[in-house]
Amino acid sequence: MGHPTTTPVAPAPRATFATLAKFLPRRAKLAQRLPDTARTLGISLASMAVFLLVWQLSASYLYGVEAEARIERTTQEQGGDAGAEMAACIASGNVSCKPNTLPFPSEVVRAAGLLLADHRAIRAKKAEFQAETEAVNAARSAQGLSAITYTGRPSFVDQIGTSLKTVVVGFLISLLIAVPLGVVIGLNNNLRIAFNWMIQVFKPVSPVVWLLLVFMIVKTLTLGSDTDTSFLISSISVGLCAMWATLVNTSVGVSSVNKDYINVARVLNLGIGKKIFKVILPSAIPMIFTGMRITVSVAWMVLIAIELLAQSPGLGSFVWEEFQNGGSDSNAKILVAMFVIGLVGFLLDRLMFYVQRRVSFETVVA
Amino acid sequence: MTPIIQFRNVSHWYGEGASRTEVLSNINLTVTEGEFLAIVGFTGSGKTTLVNLMTGLLQPSEGEVLYRGKPITGPAPERGIIFQNYSLLPWYTVYQNVALSVNEVYSAWTSDQRDAHIRKFVEMVGLSHAIDKHPGELSGGMRQRVSIARVLATDPDLLLMDEPLGALDALTRGNLQDEILRIWSANQRTAVLITNDVDEGIYMADRIIPLDPGPAAGLGPEFSIALDRPRDKTAMNHDPHFKRVRTDILNYLVALGESDRPQRDESLALPAIQPIKPGSRSFVSKWRRA
Repeated sequence: MGHPTTTPVAPAPRATFATLAKFLPRRAKLAQRLPDTARTLGISLASMAVFLLVWQLSASYLYGVEAEARIERTTQEQGGDAGAEMAACIASGNVSCKPNTLPFPSEVVRAAGLLLADHRAIRAKKAEFQAETEAVNAARSAQGLSAITYTGRPSFVDQIGTSLKTVVVGFLISLLIAVPLGVVIGLNNNLRIAFNWMIQVFKPVSPVVWLLLVFMIVKTLTLGSDTDTSFLISSISVGLCAMWATLVNTSVGVSSVNKDYINVARVLNLGIGKKIFKVILPSAIPMIFTGMRITVSVAWMVLIAIELLAQSPGLGSFVWEEFQNGGSDSNAKILVAMFVIGLVGFLLDRLMFYVQRRVSFETVVA
Repeated sequence: MTPIIQFRNVSHWYGEGASRTEVLSNINLTVTEGEFLAIVGFTGSGKTTLVNLMTGLLQPSEGEVLYRGKPITGPAPERGIIFQNYSLLPWYTVYQNVALSVNEVYSAWTSDQRDAHIRKFVEMVGLSHAIDKHPGELSGGMRQRVSIARVLATDPDLLLMDEPLGALDALTRGNLQDEILRIWSANQRTAVLITNDVDEGIYMADRIIPLDPGPAAGLGPEFSIALDRPRDKTAMNHDPHFKRVRTDILNYLVALGESDRPQRDESLALPAIQPIKPGSRSFVSKWRRA
């Protein structure tokens, strides 16, 4: 090279790096000193903020698209004046011309407040009704007649309660079927072969089909009686949809008991009952409870779809009715229901996790 | 000298047809009442299969195994076994693990009697302080003590031990050897110890029989240990009888190991490679000079 040139090294960036280097370890130490829970909380809050921001931005984008399309359509159909009027109407935030799209976070919070207020109002009405009919009911029960009950619209909180009741009954049904059957299948190789095709074929069947099947059977069985079967139908369907995880896990847990434990039982000549309850079941309990945890989550997930179809009261039918209503705050209410469904599902899973940890001899991974 | 266990031309194999692997071949063995027999052998020589035939967890493929003159058809608590891997039920505490066997064997007793019995045996293996702990909270040595207590509490007619101390450190091992001997000599039961440690066998047993390495293992010649009890581990090391028996058994086992090693006749042709030496021919120095 003829012209050896040297690039002058700027001192400024180096100084910056030096300060950064001095600064970084101290920050790291600070992070270490923070208790773990505080750090988890901080990160969770930060990610929630990001989530809300993304939601807000997408909602406002969708709002813009929807508003523009509405103005354009009005202009095309009814002329420029009507279009301008529509634009003004949308800008004013009037409910009658509100673009129907993904609601803003603030709207969802407001809708949640409305639903709570509605619940309080309904509860007050119910109490009032009860006070009014108390005397009449007393007289009626003296005469051997059934009491007059409140038949008004259920509130959102009532719907949550109904859904929980349905899922608990469904869960119990699935346990009653899946655990004993799983134990029997796990103990007997021939039965395992006999049931294997059934499990493989029925496990992937959609909740909708289960509902229709249960509907066919329950309808015939309850012919002649005028009781409301929708609760029964939806809880049985939930149970049938959700039981497979428990069934498979129980049978695998029972059939794969450590051979050493079985040998202990054999050397002591334990009877079949003692062998099952003292050796096989305790050893399979971690697997069974993992299955139950999956069952609870699946039950809660399919419940919404089943309620929606079975027209049985609950969160599912709440969501469907709101969607059909098409009110100005329906979309926000649907999102409130979505968050409630998610939170309840999460709480149910936590509950199962704590139960699992209490009854299991192994350490459970969350 | 009543025979307790008798093996008559016993062979055992796993699998059938082409995949048939014979583990034990033509075993003849008699265990007499009150003796302490040790069977030593290499890993994988079929020691566990042999002991499982005595418990009744396995049935011989050929020949018969007799317990007090009658063929063994299945396991029974009178032939108690201490398993190699403790086999404690992890969902039960120390107390409950011992209780499982005590309640089964002494079902006619009152619950107070059983409770006292369980506590006595937990005490005997020195675990009273840990009686309500789960096996997961105990060390290996403590777990094996629980499993010893579980078996001894049923007062078995024949005590079988399948490498009971194999997974323990030397110190714990020594202590437990003494403990087992103490308990054994207290009620003079018949005991069969399976081990891969010749010294352990000599220290504990009256008679040692090596098991030839598998497949198709057979029993070797028996060596009787005429050392007075109680035996002192340190003094024993200088005893001429101990030294001779130990050398004999080790020589026998080493000779077995030698003959068992696969023999190869052909010599391998090594490729003609020259090692790279630092110097003029190396690539780096050529490049440096350039």
